[in-house]
Amino acid sequence: MMLPHIEYLLPETLEEACRLLAEAGDGGVVMAGGTDLLVKMKAGGVVPRLVVALGRVPGLDRIAFSEQGDVSIGATTRLADVAGNERIAYELPAVAEAAADTATPQIRNMGTVVGNLCNAAPSADNAPCLLALEGSVSIQGPSSLRELPLAEFFKGPGLTALSCGEIVTRVVVPKVGRASGLSYRSLSARGRVDIAAAGAAALVELADGVCCKVRVVLGGVAPVPLPVPEAAQVLEGTEPAADRIVAAAARAAAACTPISDVRASAEYRRHVVEVLTRRALAQALERAQANAGRAS
Amino acid sequence: MKVPISLTVNGDTYDLAVDPWRTLAEVLREDLGLTGTKVGCGHGDCGACTVILDGRPVVSCLTMAMDANGRQVLTVEGLAPAGDELHPIQKAFVEGAAIQCGFCTPGMEMSAYALLQANPQPSEEEIRRGLSGNLCRCTGYNKIIEAVNTAAGWMVEGAGGPGGRGTGSSAGEGAGGRGAVPLGNAPGCKDGPADAGEGGA
Repeated sequence: MMLPHIEYLLPETLEEACRLLAEAGDGGVVMAGGTDLLVKMKAGGVVPRLVVALGRVPGLDRIAFSEQGDVSIGATTRLADVAGNERIAYELPAVAEAAADTATPQIRNMGTVVGNLCNAAPSADNAPCLLALEGSVSIQGPSSLRELPLAEFFKGPGLTALSCGEIVTRVVVPKVGRASGLSYRSLSARGRVDIAAAGAAALVELADGVCCKVRVVLGGVAPVPLPVPEAAQVLEGTEPAADRIVAAAARAAAACTPISDVRASAEYRRHVVEVLTRRALAQALERAQANAGRAS
Repeated sequence: MKVPISLTVNGDTYDLAVDPWRTLAEVLREDLGLTGTKVGCGHGDCGACTVILDGRPVVSCLTMAMDANGRQVLTVEGLAPAGDELHPIQKAFVEGAAIQCGFCTPGMEMSAYALLQANPQPSEEEIRRGLSGNLCRCTGYNKIIEAVNTAAGWMVEGAGGPGGRGTGSSAGEGAGGRGAVPLGNAPGCKDGPADAGEGGA
């Protein structure tokens, strides 16, 4: 199982990486951890002439918190580093949990959160939480830098809004309100090693006992990680109640368009994503209530 | 064009010239003759090629050789301290019959080593999680889990092997008290069974 005879470069600046990619055009591809890309290359699904790896670009592996409390996860920050970051685990436990539930210990020491997003699998474990948090990506091109909401980043299975010569340098999520809770639940046949058949993230923020902000995002049940605003609206502006969570989950299941494949049938995915949405909403609410109690 | 790299493997530094498309697993096995590292699937799924890179377990089949330039690699050949003496993890695998065909064993041992470095007294669940990136098609895993537990006991005692408290005891006894674990439960699902009857709140 050998790799094709590629050129492999490790530029030491972002500018150099963008320039190399832009010059290579369709023949160039960017690599962070390589745990998805190299597998595709070995299978012959992707055959680039040039691979530009980001591993030697300083600073891209940082997790940073702004003064406002925004969290920034760099392009080469490994899944294990996000899973093990104490402040993320405290402030956004579901983000750390999603990273910890991605793949295997070895892959988490190699693969990155940003790579998981850029691979653009509909089932990407790290996408639903970051979408629920209304995250955005910073994209460096050969001549300019742009910010793009994650909600506009995913274009289809394996497809993103990136164009030639562009590199995602980080994903940023704004600070959440103190009385909020986030949860991600996923299911797969073979535990963490396997790709999730379906997943659901929920964000619940409380104000005076009312759900002032709710987000529901599904994974693995549509061509892209899928925000479902109509499910969130069932709860927004109301006092949290079990029957509303059930109704919101039913909306989520109705909104998805799953396919049947080796991991699960469409029917099973639709069924299970409803259960996972219920569980995610219940846990997000529980966490929001606990955080609200701590805040007051 | 070949690229010069410098690898430190099991404490020895090698200056090599490698083709840019070669993986660390290929260079270890073919250039350095360290064939203890096995390549099973070549896709990062089976973990047979696990080595420790700068202190962390990685799959060497998806690690570019050029990315290992200037870094420290530990393979199964570097696990045993010296001569004929085995590492406690290796000793526990042998004594506990945690080996059948043996192909997964080097990777299992490297993952076990990384786990015990980070967490010297793991619970059974933690052992299962620590080895979740290593597949074995022979043993059914229970003997492997028991062997890691046994090795953890020996290493915490500082005896470095079954010469301490464990003298005369079998690896099986080392795992005593835990009992067999129903395999249906673990590594298992990320979430519980999707029971439609369960309430959401």
